[in-house]
Amino acid sequence: MKIGVPKEVANGEARVAMTPASAKDLQKLGYDCVMQKGAGKAAGFEDADYVAAGVALISGEAIWKSADVVAKVQPPTEAEAAKLSEGQTLISFFYPGSNEKLMEIARGQKANVIAMDMVPRISRAQKMDALSSMANIAGYRAVIEAGNNFGRFFTGQVTAAGKVPPAKVLIVGAGVAGLAAIGTATSLGAITLAFDVRPEVAEQIESMGAEFVYLDFDEATQDGAATGGYAAPSSPEFREKQLEKFRELAPDVDIVITTALIPNRDAPVLWTKDMVDLMKPGSVIIDLAAERGGNCELTEKDKKIVSDNGVTIVGYTDFPSRMATQSSLLYSTNIRHMMTDLTPEKDGIVNHNMEDDVIRGATITHAGEITFPPPPPKIAAIAAQPAKEKPKELTPEEKRAAEVAAFKATTKSQVTLLAAGGALMVLIGAYAPASFMQHFIVFALACFIGFQVIWNVSHALHTPLMAVTNAISGIVVVGALLQIGSGNWLVVFLSFIGVLIASINIVGGFLVTRRMLAMFQKS
Amino acid sequence: MLANGVVSAAYIAASILFILALGGLSNQESAKRAVWYGIVGMAVAVVATVLAPGVQNLALIIVAIGAGSFAGQFVAGKVQMTEMPQLVAALHSFVGLAAVFIGLNADIMLSTVSELRDAGTVLADADLTAFGEKLWVKDATEIGILKVEVFLGIFIGAVTFTGSIVAFGKLAGKVDGKPKKLMLPSEEAAIPFISGHYLNAISLGLCVILGLMYFAGAGIWTMVLVTLIAGFIGWHLIMGIGGADMPVVVSMLNSYSGWAAAAIGFTLGNDLLIVTGALVGSSGAILSYIMCKAMNRQFVSVILGGFGGTAGPQMEVEGEQIAIDADGVAAALNDADSVVIIPGYGMAVAQAQQSVSELTRKLRAQGKTVRFAIHPVAGRLPGHMNVLLAEAKVPYDIVLEMDEINDDFPNTDVVIVIGSNDIVNPAAQDDPNSPIAGMPVLECWKAKQVFVSKRGQGTGYSGIENPLFYKENTRMFYGDAKASLDSLLPKID
Repeated sequence: MKIGVPKEVANGEARVAMTPASAKDLQKLGYDCVMQKGAGKAAGFEDADYVAAGVALISGEAIWKSADVVAKVQPPTEAEAAKLSEGQTLISFFYPGSNEKLMEIARGQKANVIAMDMVPRISRAQKMDALSSMANIAGYRAVIEAGNNFGRFFTGQVTAAGKVPPAKVLIVGAGVAGLAAIGTATSLGAITLAFDVRPEVAEQIESMGAEFVYLDFDEATQDGAATGGYAAPSSPEFREKQLEKFRELAPDVDIVITTALIPNRDAPVLWTKDMVDLMKPGSVIIDLAAERGGNCELTEKDKKIVSDNGVTIVGYTDFPSRMATQSSLLYSTNIRHMMTDLTPEKDGIVNHNMEDDVIRGATITHAGEITFPPPPPKIAAIAAQPAKEKPKELTPEEKRAAEVAAFKATTKSQVTLLAAGGALMVLIGAYAPASFMQHFIVFALACFIGFQVIWNVSHALHTPLMAVTNAISGIVVVGALLQIGSGNWLVVFLSFIGVLIASINIVGGFLVTRRMLAMFQKS
Repeated sequence: MLANGVVSAAYIAASILFILALGGLSNQESAKRAVWYGIVGMAVAVVATVLAPGVQNLALIIVAIGAGSFAGQFVAGKVQMTEMPQLVAALHSFVGLAAVFIGLNADIMLSTVSELRDAGTVLADADLTAFGEKLWVKDATEIGILKVEVFLGIFIGAVTFTGSIVAFGKLAGKVDGKPKKLMLPSEEAAIPFISGHYLNAISLGLCVILGLMYFAGAGIWTMVLVTLIAGFIGWHLIMGIGGADMPVVVSMLNSYSGWAAAAIGFTLGNDLLIVTGALVGSSGAILSYIMCKAMNRQFVSVILGGFGGTAGPQMEVEGEQIAIDADGVAAALNDADSVVIIPGYGMAVAQAQQSVSELTRKLRAQGKTVRFAIHPVAGRLPGHMNVLLAEAKVPYDIVLEMDEINDDFPNTDVVIVIGSNDIVNPAAQDDPNSPIAGMPVLECWKAKQVFVSKRGQGTGYSGIENPLFYKENTRMFYGDAKASLDSLLPKID
């Protein structure tokens, strides 16, 4: 079958859905690759490279006509969607939630559409999660863009020409983009703070080198598992507390990068106009949520504006496209992985398996029917965190009481043991002859000493302990020695064997213990 | 000839030296000195006994001790450290067998002495050994007690003997490690009351009956039968216990060999034997207790074999096992600052300890913190991992116990699990229905990254799925442990 990639028609879109490298991998799956002339140019891939990778260059019209699978970056325009034919598969971003009309056209054409933005968030599908790979780039680019518009260094320096304080960066929303931004900002040397409504990401934030901004707020914390790892809307009280915290931080921070998005909703406004007013002139706000209205009240989509007090607010929505080479490489790999899953036999034939969780989730129209929204996946995206009961903090009095109780219990058990042991001794003593009692006392004392001594043996030396006890249990040799002088030949024979094997035990046990102990060396 | 008083003094000295020898094992340095106390103590005891009044047949003694010492020295010099569990088990069997022989001898001598006494011979004319003289002066009650002691010595000795031989076979791989119980008359049509543990109970009952007959005056044949039946119990009992429970079994047999020696001490009226037997017996008992606690299992249930019943269905394990190659592991190790290695029986099987040591040396040369975490039941013998690592020249101060290191995992970059399974199973904490629920485990999954070196995807000895292998921060490094580590070594720089 044939995979085709037409040139992106959307204005300013520089990415491309196939690179020379991914074309080679697709051919290994058994597909023929075709491409519109010049489709990769904006992303930095020349036609000659594609030809060298075995891609045939044909016209855009021919691709829509002849290709069995069409791969794109941006959602198709209505004109493009009308070119789809029955049984043809389209793979691209689609945003079906807000593009119902487009979806209807695709259904009418009986085409199968796989939306790369609908790939479910389960670990198996990570390799085709294009939203994450694009968000990663957006996060990185956001910091670079901020640096571009910011008049100072990120890192603090002490130079002959004076001291430079480090930049302070606040990142709101620690999803994929937020974490990428944290990583980039910290590696440039900025002091990075980060906030997220999901307290469970605090650890990830701190692992990237940023400081988590804690809110002093008591609410049943929401569990990321219920929402597939995305944030959910928060209560008005929580929001109020959050804005208060931001207001407190605003005069301090130089760069704010907001990435807060809630699935299928407008972006929450988190950085209000009064916060912008509080910021120092020359500060920069990068709003990665501009596509959905922006987290900052002043953001204008696809524009860079400067506020009255000199704060630059960037509302671009095409960050991945601004790094087209990198994004094309990652996106084409996502597409290639999707194709791998669609071609389990590696025979160049698409097997659109609607039983597969990942393929089912991403498919929005199939065989003339709309299959959006998908049923929830069989596997939960993230394992629900088991509710953990915290051990109750004890008051000093309770602790004291517990200690006293433990002491009493120990005393009681010891006294009981001693009393029982004593009674047993008396009982035996009353009936057994004196000669037995002498030995019995020795035995009891030896057991007692044994228990006291062995508890102190270090765990690391348990094997030498066994070997040495082996050696000294060879003491039965004494018994055999006492009997070997007997007049009875059988007794002599048995004692002889006894002495022999007990000697093996003694010598073998001690020597092997010495060998082992000599190995233990301190560094 | 030494006077009796001198011999007693020598015995006291030997007892004290033995106690010091055990006490010295509290740390690695004093242990090196302590083993000499034990050797000197043993020498004093043997020499004093040989020179004591009434010991004859010196030539035979010298031959036996000479041959035994030679064999012992040969074995001790040749044994591989991975074979320590087998050696320890084999040595236990010797003590058991010796105890059986001494017990039988005691009975033979008792009947000889009684015959002489009944025939009216005077003590001075009887030409008896020192032990014979002791028997001569015993009254009826004392002889009754003596018979109980003979019975106990023979019974415990025989159980220890055959049990240790089976343990040896299982540890050496000569006997199948799976638990096996005798089913009669056949595996398929087993009649419960003469199969499995009932068989042990029946045998024990028989021994007790034979013992009672013996006290009532039946001859030595009862004791020979007890030897055989007790031997069967030892064999059948240990056959029914699986390979991974061997730490408990070996320490239990260690304990038994001590009690057998103590019982013989009572028979012979010899305090040195009693003291030493009691020391060894309690040492083995404590080791068994520690091992059982480390597995959160009852001693009885270990001995009766198999895992206890579970309260409900086990948790489903979600996710998939993700494999990784040597390059990936090497990259993670090169980036890591702190590394913890968790060795298990698999490391011993693959003989990978030298490679582990080499890896440790390379990582430490780069200034990384490398430590080892040892679970009490890792391996087939208590403390076995420590000895293997010591042999491979891993310094003992970086080899830590479970309790010392468990809190450090969250601050650890990379954990490498080599050939262990159940001791790193998070189900022990998370899943109340797991058969190992409540067992203390090494919480390695709290580290940033975990690599598991394992031969294949199978479950561990207990047959329990290990959710660790499915965790997001876990990668499976499949292959033979030694080959895997060797492929890793050149990539660490």
